[in-house]
Amino acid sequence: MDIKAYIESGILELYVAGTLSEKENEEVYELMQKHPEVLQEVLEIEAAIVKLTASTSQRDSDHILQRIKQTLGFGSDKDTKVISIAKPKYNWITYTGWAASILLAAGLLWTVNQNKQLQSDIQIAETQQSLLETQIANSKNSLEDANVLISVLRDENITKVPLAGQGNFANTFAKVYWDKDSERIFLDAQGLPDPPEGKVYQVWSLTLTPLTPTSLGTIDSFTADANKIFEIKNANKSEAFGITLEPAGGSASPTMDQLYTLGVVSAS
Amino acid sequence: MELDQLVEKFKQKDEKAFEKLYNMYSDSMHGVIYNIVRDHDIAQEVMQDVFIKAWHKADSYSSKKGRFFTWILNIARNAAIDKTRSKAFKNSKQNLNSDFFVDIIEGNENLDDKTDAIGIKKFVGKLAEKCKAVIELLYFKGYTQSEASEALDMPIGTIKTRNRNCIQELRNMVLN
Repeated sequence: MDIKAYIESGILELYVAGTLSEKENEEVYELMQKHPEVLQEVLEIEAAIVKLTASTSQRDSDHILQRIKQTLGFGSDKDTKVISIAKPKYNWITYTGWAASILLAAGLLWTVNQNKQLQSDIQIAETQQSLLETQIANSKNSLEDANVLISVLRDENITKVPLAGQGNFANTFAKVYWDKDSERIFLDAQGLPDPPEGKVYQVWSLTLTPLTPTSLGTIDSFTADANKIFEIKNANKSEAFGITLEPAGGSASPTMDQLYTLGVVSAS
Repeated sequence: MELDQLVEKFKQKDEKAFEKLYNMYSDSMHGVIYNIVRDHDIAQEVMQDVFIKAWHKADSYSSKKGRFFTWILNIARNAAIDKTRSKAFKNSKQNLNSDFFVDIIEGNENLDDKTDAIGIKKFVGKLAEKCKAVIELLYFKGYTQSEASEALDMPIGTIKTRNRNCIQELRNMVLN
């Protein structure tokens, strides 16, 4: 018998559907015993049909089972027996098993917590690190500024002009370092008090004959500046430098009774 | 084989075996019954009758006569069809919905919880009309080959081969 042709004929599909004659059914049964491929084919057809028919079921059939079992009186006379047999089943393996799984669960929880804690620690450390990095960057900037200042102070071509306190402000002082080549001055105003509210220091370049003041600008950041050293552009042929206190925004010409310090550039 | 042993125990009125077999085939039977009676309460009633009957008739089953699934499928189909022929049923359901099983599957939201839902819906969606009719009659309604041939106006041989092709397609979708 050609088994393959037999399978291909479609008879096994009808076998599962239940439409074959009793004789044909017995024939298929015999062939299933002899030929595993026939059995396999029947099993697959059946599995597919079970799945297809099951998918037209729209309800859970569990509760129906309960009713059927009730009707058939399942388990009614066996309940007591089952309990008495079941009791010794709770031996030490059961208890240690439960204990082990509870321990395992607790351990897992602890690990999860620990992990969370570590993650938040890492975050804190990262924040601290970025703060420190900012501080280091700031320090580097300050250091560069300081190095520039030192190089200016050491430069031979720098003209040093001390500005002495004037009149009512005799106890104040300042110093100008004039870098003629770069057309800039560094004003060290450590000896000046903080200007009162609404007032600013204004820096003047002066020629003496005739006396002509030229504003070099106001020092708006005086109070905020820590080292009180200010770099100011100066392209003038200055013969003297002066500092006056002026209303915020500065004045066109210096207010002479508010002249704090004044210094003449030495001739050399 | 496990199924054979299970069925053997069932024949000896083993309650656990019964429960296992119920779980294996109850959805399938419920689907077939519902497809015939189209009423949830009646389907539940018929389901109970079918499995109770199977329990009482357990020793009449023989694997030589056919698959256990086919045996219980026959009981289910016959019980459901008997129900539709009863006077009470005819009075309450004047016009039975003429939809095929495919329409039930396509509208079955409960199916999404089950495995193979995607494969089944896909299969049903692209199934040829003649395929639908053949499967409906042979598996859901329990028609014989010649009854189906008559109903569909198709030669007997065509029913057999067409059915084979349709089931092949189904197997490819839900078993692989």
